[in-house]
Amino acid sequence: MSATRRIHWMKYASASNFYPLANRLAPIFMGLAVVLAVIGLYIGFFVAPVDYQQGNSYRIMFLHVPAAWMSMFIYLLLAMYAIISLVWRVKMADIMAYSLAPTGAMFTFIALLTGALWGRPTWGTYWIWDARLTSELLLLFLYLGYMGLYSAIPDRQRASRAASFLAIVGIVNVPIIYFSVIWWNTLHQGSSFSVSEGASMTSDMLSALLLMTFACWAYTIAIVLRRAQAVILERKKVALWASQISKNKET
Amino acid sequence: MDIAEFLHMGGHGFYIWGSYGTALFLVLVEVFFVGKRRKKAKEQLEQMEAEFARVDNQGISG
Repeated sequence: MSATRRIHWMKYASASNFYPLANRLAPIFMGLAVVLAVIGLYIGFFVAPVDYQQGNSYRIMFLHVPAAWMSMFIYLLLAMYAIISLVWRVKMADIMAYSLAPTGAMFTFIALLTGALWGRPTWGTYWIWDARLTSELLLLFLYLGYMGLYSAIPDRQRASRAASFLAIVGIVNVPIIYFSVIWWNTLHQGSSFSVSEGASMTSDMLSALLLMTFACWAYTIAIVLRRAQAVILERKKVALWASQISKNKET
Repeated sequence: MDIAEFLHMGGHGFYIWGSYGTALFLVLVEVFFVGKRRKKAKEQLEQMEAEFARVDNQGISG
């Protein structure tokens, strides 16, 4: 019994440290997300003025831009964990990559949808095959491909390796999304916010945008910690099952 | 400010509330399903641990 217990604990050493930590952090970040979103939306809807060109439709920006940023950040994070999982075989890294994917896909979908709903009153069309929109759509397919590949292969290690490989190859798409508005003549406007030139908007708009971005970050941390906890428990269950079977075979 | 006027958003209500409404819905759905998945996994693991502990004890005594 002691031998199997020891292997069990070694196997989940990092996960067993992670679990109680996630228990403490997740509620804090979820609370933070709600507070930041409420303040951000209050400023975005009640303090920030109407745009003289776009009217009120520009207020979609406070959701669209953070969602689009998150879709790219989360992908880079997922790919980084995929590299760690693939090269060093760190189990927790694989769990993190796997847990990030659905939330990344959700933000990508929100970015596309809010973009379409913003595009209609602003450009007169919901969709156009321009470089920014097309590469962002490809990002959604990369997320779905990662998730699909992971669940389609029955053997978990092989599934993890195949999905991680896809995620790593897909990194090439992220700079294409980011620089598409510079590299090509797109209908999508360039960034309204740059470190070198500052923001081309009022300070109220900027604070609403940044607060919503931090809210999205806090939400992502909270929900990914919770999903990772669920995955840890699921995998622990499988490992426990396997160890019990081998023990029963011995006796 | 008039509530109807606020919701109308100068004719952009559908686009704005469609955006925020869908996002809120998706977030709530994600929170719900992640919570459910975690709860289910926890219960099943605890059940299994209890079951195996019982089997092990029987093995020692029997």
